[in-house]
Amino acid sequence: MDLWAAARLWGPPGLLLTWALHLALCLRSAQTSVPPSRDYCVLGAGPAGLQMAYFLQRAGRDYAVFERAPRPGSFFTRYPRHRQLISINKRHTGKANAEFNLRHDWNSLLSHDPRLLFRHYSRAYFPDAGDMVRYLGDFAQRLGLHVLYNTTITHVTLHKARQAWNGHYFILTDQMGHTHQCSVLLVATGLSVPNQVDFPGSEYVEGYESVSVDPEDFEGQNVLILGRGNSAFETAENILGVTNFIHMLSRSRVRLSWATHYVGDLRAINNGLLDTYQLKSLDGLLESDLTDLAIVKDREGKFHVTLKFFLEEGNPSADADAVTLPQDDNDNFAMRVAYDRVIRCLGWNFDFSIFNKSLRLSSGGKFSKKYPLIKASYESKGSRGLFVLGTASHSVDYRKSAGGFIHGFRYTVRAVHRLLEHRHHGVAWPSTELPTSQLTSAIVRRVNEASGLYQMFSVLADVILLKENAMAFEYLEEFPVQMLAQLETITGRKARHGLFVVNMEYGRNFSGPDKDVFFYDRSVGHTEDAWQSNFLHPVVYYYRHLPTEQEVRFRPAGWALPRPTAIHHVVEDFLTDWTAPVGHILPLRRFLENCLDTDLRSFYAESCFLFALTHQKLPPFCQQGYLRAQGLVGTESLRRHGVESGLLRDYTTADRLHEDGARRPLGSSRAPGPPVRPPESNKEEL
Amino acid sequence: MMSSSFNLFRVGISFVMMCIFCKSAVGSLSELSPQKYFSTLQPGKASLAYFCQADSPRNSVFLEELNEAVKPLQDYGISVAKVNCVKEETSRYCGKEKDSMKAYLFRGNILLREFPPDTLFDVNAIVAHVLFALLFNEVKYISTLEDLQNIESALKGKASIAFSYVRAIGTPEHRAVMEAAFVYGTTYQFVLTTETALLESIGTEDIKNAHLYFFHCKQVLDLTEQCRRTLMEPPLTTLNIHRFIKTMEAPLLTEVAEDPQQVSTVHLQLGLPLVFIVSQQATYEADRRTAEWVAWRLLGKAGVLLLLRDSSEVDIPQHANVVFRRAEEGVPVEFLVLHDVDLIISRVESNMHIEEIQEDEDEDMASPDMDIQDDEVAETVYRDRKRRLPLELTVEVTEETFNTTVVASDSIVLFYAGWQAVSMAFLQSYIDLAIKLKGTSTMLLARVNCADWSDLCTKQNVTEFPVVKMYKEGETPVSYTGMLGTEDLLKFIQLNRISCPVNITSVQEAEEYLNGELHKDLISYSSVSVLGLFSPNMTTVKEDFTEAGNCLKGYVITGIYSEEDVLILSNKYAATLPALLLARHKEGKIESIPLANSPAQDIVQIITNALLETFPEITVENLPIYLRLQKPLLILFSEGSINPQYKKAMLKLAKDKHLDSLIPCWLNLQNTPAGRGILQAYFDALPPLPLIVVVNLHSGGQVFAFPSDQAIKEQNLLLWLKKLEAGLESHITVLPAQEWKPPLPAYDFLSMMDAAASHHPTRKDPECTKETDASEKDKKQEDKSAIRKEPIETLRIKHWNRSNWFKEGGKSFTHDNKEL
Repeated sequence: MDLWAAARLWGPPGLLLTWALHLALCLRSAQTSVPPSRDYCVLGAGPAGLQMAYFLQRAGRDYAVFERAPRPGSFFTRYPRHRQLISINKRHTGKANAEFNLRHDWNSLLSHDPRLLFRHYSRAYFPDAGDMVRYLGDFAQRLGLHVLYNTTITHVTLHKARQAWNGHYFILTDQMGHTHQCSVLLVATGLSVPNQVDFPGSEYVEGYESVSVDPEDFEGQNVLILGRGNSAFETAENILGVTNFIHMLSRSRVRLSWATHYVGDLRAINNGLLDTYQLKSLDGLLESDLTDLAIVKDREGKFHVTLKFFLEEGNPSADADAVTLPQDDNDNFAMRVAYDRVIRCLGWNFDFSIFNKSLRLSSGGKFSKKYPLIKASYESKGSRGLFVLGTASHSVDYRKSAGGFIHGFRYTVRAVHRLLEHRHHGVAWPSTELPTSQLTSAIVRRVNEASGLYQMFSVLADVILLKENAMAFEYLEEFPVQMLAQLETITGRKARHGLFVVNMEYGRNFSGPDKDVFFYDRSVGHTEDAWQSNFLHPVVYYYRHLPTEQEVRFRPAGWALPRPTAIHHVVEDFLTDWTAPVGHILPLRRFLENCLDTDLRSFYAESCFLFALTHQKLPPFCQQGYLRAQGLVGTESLRRHGVESGLLRDYTTADRLHEDGARRPLGSSRAPGPPVRPPESNKEEL
Repeated sequence: MMSSSFNLFRVGISFVMMCIFCKSAVGSLSELSPQKYFSTLQPGKASLAYFCQADSPRNSVFLEELNEAVKPLQDYGISVAKVNCVKEETSRYCGKEKDSMKAYLFRGNILLREFPPDTLFDVNAIVAHVLFALLFNEVKYISTLEDLQNIESALKGKASIAFSYVRAIGTPEHRAVMEAAFVYGTTYQFVLTTETALLESIGTEDIKNAHLYFFHCKQVLDLTEQCRRTLMEPPLTTLNIHRFIKTMEAPLLTEVAEDPQQVSTVHLQLGLPLVFIVSQQATYEADRRTAEWVAWRLLGKAGVLLLLRDSSEVDIPQHANVVFRRAEEGVPVEFLVLHDVDLIISRVESNMHIEEIQEDEDEDMASPDMDIQDDEVAETVYRDRKRRLPLELTVEVTEETFNTTVVASDSIVLFYAGWQAVSMAFLQSYIDLAIKLKGTSTMLLARVNCADWSDLCTKQNVTEFPVVKMYKEGETPVSYTGMLGTEDLLKFIQLNRISCPVNITSVQEAEEYLNGELHKDLISYSSVSVLGLFSPNMTTVKEDFTEAGNCLKGYVITGIYSEEDVLILSNKYAATLPALLLARHKEGKIESIPLANSPAQDIVQIITNALLETFPEITVENLPIYLRLQKPLLILFSEGSINPQYKKAMLKLAKDKHLDSLIPCWLNLQNTPAGRGILQAYFDALPPLPLIVVVNLHSGGQVFAFPSDQAIKEQNLLLWLKKLEAGLESHITVLPAQEWKPPLPAYDFLSMMDAAASHHPTRKDPECTKETDASEKDKKQEDKSAIRKEPIETLRIKHWNRSNWFKEGGKSFTHDNKEL
């Protein structure tokens, strides 16, 4: 009413306003037939959705993020239930290198704004989930990301259209019935559906998502927890001190992340129950397949564990107390005690329900059905242009790397963005072209600071594409290695003259739930044993030709990459500092020069000068530096060291000339120079 | 007899080699009926026949081995056949039962021996047994020490003995001894035993392996004296025994007076080094005794020669008493001062060890050195790591302070990486520069360690190290592209103090500019000042020149004059506008160059070319600029400053355009000591300086020397150059045209991983297993008996191609053949 009053007062402007409103309404009605169209639609404003939004925003792309909740990161408003994140917030590393520090910052998203680092949001090593919510809110707001909050996408379908980038549009319908048309759909909805196992009596089980977090409620109770992941142990940790005992039941053995090197396995911060179990404090772990079990409730409301088989055998309508229990046959059955509570902590599944069949977004990676089926490029196998990001994309490296966690998927999201930039906007994968003399340095630099290689080890790797005659190379960062065969189409770069792949790897047989990772003599110190390194270390693969899809798919078991022409392991380092001149850099240089069949040593200008006048060809360092009048002159004290080491000759004293007697052949043993090959004429002389 | 068996032996040797390198090439076994077989037997010729039932497929392993023995036995003139016993033609050799099939050795049609098949267990056993039977007289088999002593005393003064112990008859070592006996059996008495007790009794400790002793009995005149013995150290293979016996035959000590590099003896051909004991007239007798003693100690390991210093034409360093020459071609002789004869011995033995490794695994050269730094920059920086640099003289910039310090004032920033050797070497020069400029420069000297501030470096577009950039307010940062050294960077900083091109406003000022008065303090950094002369209306070319001047800023002083009275200058210096005036301050000369509608890039080129001198002193710093011209260099090497006469002659030649196809220059060895290294590469024996050479760097690499007996005069030079051009002069050396290859191999982790994987039979990788098999086979073939430490596996990628490897192997063997 006020508005109308104002309009009347203002007169003509009011008219204008109403006209504008009318126009808007018209447009609205028109949109029902042609929905608002965007190039990129991101589902979910969690960490992965925001991360993608950031890259799209920076590239100036047409995008929108759809978020059901009124703010970003709604998952973290409720989970983890006990509020402590288990991702490391290491605020100090003793180093200034921001890229290196990201190796130990598991919570920040990637951005150009140093204020948006998680260490400014929490001082705790294992921060509170509330801080994550606050951080994600700031991230979206400070960077001005385009997020449509309170928009629940209820249905996604495919609409064929020849002019569309991928031959079809994705049509999103929100809770208001409005539709949105998208050229590319980026699904970052995470895993939101609690995983439930169906067995008789599962109705008596409380879920992690709703169970009380107040320890008071468990005072003096017998508790059975189903599941063996971090959520199960987190729940146990919370009530460990107040219960009579906790039994934890799951199909498989416990997997400790320190042994598997997989951050999704049980973290030490949650493992109090293992301690009390092994120290005979009544708590315990049991292994059994949940689908074989049944839970029956007795008259006192206590729960008994039995076998499904017994239930089927007996009269289903029989009284709970009449059901056969395992201890009837086997009087020392482990779970013969009655429980007060049974809690299910079995993880989450991807929500497939909103996707229409036409999208062919099916479940079933090889590990479980919790993840949608995608390629190593994070694109759905069912429909082109549909990418899965974030936690839901973890099928690519489940139980291997960090792709299901913020500190991993922030890099895979960047890789997807780079792929899209090339596919739809002709922007080739970013690369740096450098002369060969910089090859060793380029690798040393990356393996010492790159966080994407370090976090997403064996999933993302750097690729070095050699130019003709190997005089120069292009350096591409963080490429999804499983897509190596398709590198040219994905990146828009050419790999005609061979390539190196720089990967980070743990030792072949080092990681596993049953492995002793503290065995004596576990570390390798000698460069010639570098291939036996156990701890995460850089591995460089050399290929003469880009591997084919077949070679990538049928690579040897346990290999991150197909069999290369040659391989180099940089020996593991306790400080993860691979800059030792003889221990790390020298063997790497030897490997590179043997692959390229050249000499990659660096030389002072004086040596290059000598070579220039005594050889027809020069080593790459002299060609690319000295010959362009950019030689390295060096100082007197360095020259003295050179003479002492025998690598440089002192020509300043004239009498040396005669003392040495016969002339020194060009390039003999230690002095720099190309190795002498016996000339053909030798044969004749014999 | 000797010569024919020698020929046979040659074939034998080459066969062994072929056998090593291509196992598959084997002659095939002929199959005959008994009748047919006996009809082929020739009188005096040996033949081995294996009789078996025609239909029996058994003993196929034996047949395979026999098949392999065909070729080697044929080489010794022994034919091999498989005789099929058929029912119709019974022969007494056929035997009655199927199991008692045997092999028989005939000479003509006389049966020499019969062998049960189990004694002929493999090809080595077959060859060994057959030769053993044939050489029954040449090779004495003994079992007691007494037997040996009897033979020894019988042969004193007559013949030497080759005594060998093998673990068993039919072993590869036995075969090697028999093959050697086939050749040398008439010259030396071969004695063989399998008794370890006998071996022990003559004082051998190691009884596990086969041994061969050479008993020098021929020289023994006194019958009470024992024969001297020499133990052969390398493993018993045909080739090694041959080599060993050859050295036993060679004279113990040779006297020479010629250049050690030129001497040739059988030792070198056998791949053994030479040791020259340097002697003088005065000490001749003593030296000869020493040399003889050394010669006995080194018998079979090296050749020992007595080198007479007095009569020698060679220049032997004064104190050197031993000259050591390796067998490898092209390795220079080493002059040594060794005061203990044991040092001579150990020198040879340590050298031999290396040689052995090289022989066995020729890709394995110097593998222990792989962890030794051979990068001069990395090594020198590492050795200098403990010296504290006065880093505080430069401002350390961080991500946070970059904008406040660097962008706020005119600065030079060095971007480096703390772990990169080249960066750190240059950082030292940079600090030296800071010391020089301390308190005098308005330019801020800053540095960024990109190992810490990676993002900052990336933002500043720094992707390689080291990089120097100059930041001036309101200008885009400029990257320094000169030599990475104190002097050149200093020049860059100093010349950047003035804006280039300098705007000259009056004729008076222009004159001052040209004679160097205007920028007195800068003249030492830029020997040439360039002045662009333009009429005020020549706007385009003025702009282009300004751009070019900007481009060259920091390297050359440029100025611009375009006032109305520009004609005063253009007339004075006879220039047509637009033009460049070049003032060469050192020579006090001013030249003019016309400048017709050239774009900025061309003007840069014109100026850079104009900076080149006609007859420059070539230095480490300026060589690259001259090399760009892609012409042969005519270099005059001078100890100290150049003689003005020579310079004059050269300039005259240049002026008369006789040197247009060359870059005439001179090199002052005092300023550029590396020049000595160049001379050493050009001349075998260095003639006295000055020297003139023409180096054809870009096509062919020939080096020509101006005859040192001619005076450096215009006429002589001209004549020589004419002859050179006509192709009448011959070059003194050709510069090597090899590509720069990896100095050392790398670790072959892939094959180490394969080897480890092959121990786990569970993992199957077809490609891996194939390769492993192949390499194992190689090892077997290479050396059947040698027990040696497994070398560190190393790789050279080009050698991964196995066929290549074979080719190379074949080549080296062709030479060996020639030696024999």
